[in-house]
Amino acid sequence: MKLVTAVIKPHKWEEVREALEAFGISGMTVTEASGYGRQKGHTEVYRGAEYDVSLVPKVRVEVVVEDTDAADVVGVITKSAQTGKIGDGKVWVVPVDSVERVRTGETDEAAL
Amino acid sequence: MDTGDTAWVLTCAALVLLMTPGLALFYGGMVRSKSVLNMMMMSFSAMAVVGVLWVLYGYSVAFGNDVGSGLLGSPGEFLGLKGLLGTSGIDDGFQATSLVFTIPSMAFVAFQAVFAIITVALISGSIADRARFGPWLLFAAIWATFVYFPVAHWVFAFDAAESEIGGWIANDLLAIDFAGGTAVHINAGAAGLALALVLGKRVGFQRDPMRPHNLPIVMLGAGLLWFGWFGFNAGSALSANGQAAEVFVNTLAATCAAILGWLATERIRDGHATSLGGASGAVAGLVAITPACSALTAVGSLILGFVAAVLCALAVGLKYRFGYDDSLDVVGVHLVGGLVGTIGVGFLASASATAGVDGLLYGGGIDQLWRQGIGAGAVLAYSFVLTLIIGFAISKTIGFRLGEEGEVEGVDFVEHAETAYDFISNTGGSRGLVGASPTAPSAPKMQAATEGAKA
Repeated sequence: MKLVTAVIKPHKWEEVREALEAFGISGMTVTEASGYGRQKGHTEVYRGAEYDVSLVPKVRVEVVVEDTDAADVVGVITKSAQTGKIGDGKVWVVPVDSVERVRTGETDEAAL
Repeated sequence: MDTGDTAWVLTCAALVLLMTPGLALFYGGMVRSKSVLNMMMMSFSAMAVVGVLWVLYGYSVAFGNDVGSGLLGSPGEFLGLKGLLGTSGIDDGFQATSLVFTIPSMAFVAFQAVFAIITVALISGSIADRARFGPWLLFAAIWATFVYFPVAHWVFAFDAAESEIGGWIANDLLAIDFAGGTAVHINAGAAGLALALVLGKRVGFQRDPMRPHNLPIVMLGAGLLWFGWFGFNAGSALSANGQAAEVFVNTLAATCAAILGWLATERIRDGHATSLGGASGAVAGLVAITPACSALTAVGSLILGFVAAVLCALAVGLKYRFGYDDSLDVVGVHLVGGLVGTIGVGFLASASATAGVDGLLYGGGIDQLWRQGIGAGAVLAYSFVLTLIIGFAISKTIGFRLGEEGEVEGVDFVEHAETAYDFISNTGGSRGLVGASPTAPSAPKMQAATEGAKA
């Protein structure tokens, strides 16, 4: 199994969710996050004083999938989250040792 | 006694009282989330402390019969408001025996009380995030006693109103300050500058981002201030008459123009018109029109408001150039706005307004201008020097400033054992993280969340 983590623009989250659902992903974990990449935040001005705001609001989507689906899921997210502008985010994949469903005790693929 | 006048002044007193909670919101939204409660409590506690002193001896010092050269009212004359109670039996038995013009003295006591309160509350904007609460209460009491009450006597105590002999600015200098450009705004602004110098800069001033944590409440506060300000200015007519109406419209006109003035300045200088600029512009316009609202035409009020907002929008940057941490721009808005309004009377006054004087630009020469300048300068100098003395005295004895560790952790938690917001919630807490610098400002927030969880 693989954990696919995507950090995306908040306003693209709804499109990503719909695309993942259409692909057959039945659940995911979503958190509001903040961070920065190449775009290095932005500047805000209050009463003429400029502030470099280094952290930009993002949404982090986490999905655990079967090994064979990982590449496709990455593709689905990338396609649906893309605007082509700087700050679109990142998607990465890491291996998962085990999964257990709390309610039933099912394990691994059966628990996805 | 006139019942219409009395009803109007009592209503205005309530309107002006609302300005102080409005100011608490205006200031509270501008600080970081770790300091919002303390910021609001400095305003709220000003109501408590100054209201008590006003009843005990404040009114007497301001409006008791003059004890020398127009500088001070007799502190004992209305001690505990004695001598102002009593009804005469006519008018269904409730005709007040003690009158100020056409209203009961007690209505005047109420109306002037809320002026004293907000003047003290205004000062707190210059010392955000870093003052201990107890010393602030002590400062509020001492400052009201030695600075506001006497200055109110200078400016607001007219001869033969409450007492036979009043203050020197109102009766001898004849400077026009209708509702408190000198007594309230220059006074609070100069005190704010002095106190910012006494307490020193916040940890991370000009290094860490110290941006407003909640602009919607800043705008709500500005709206409440504007609403209450109609009572402040139009109520100062002390009568429900044509002057009150004229003053009301001038207050509206100047403020509207001032919002445009501040926004235009920002758009040209910074590229964007901001909500904080709109709220600040409104307040700057209100400050400037306060002394001038009975002396200008409506068009003159538009000009004054616009000019004041442009100058204030430029003046708020001075603290970075000179390195004093007037955190919420008490100097840039109230001192500068108060000066523009008070001096502006000397230029823009029109004899067709109810104050009945022509300023320089209306062919009246410099006669009114120099009177305005002396009135403004006297209050500025007195307030600045006295505040330095009071501030240093408190600093050197019981201490005024929070320790560095407490300041970084957040004055709300350290001084009040409270935090304004719950950072644990998934969505509600996000604002605390979004945009916060990865260094200092986020650290106390995380710590506050942990403390909250333990409790």
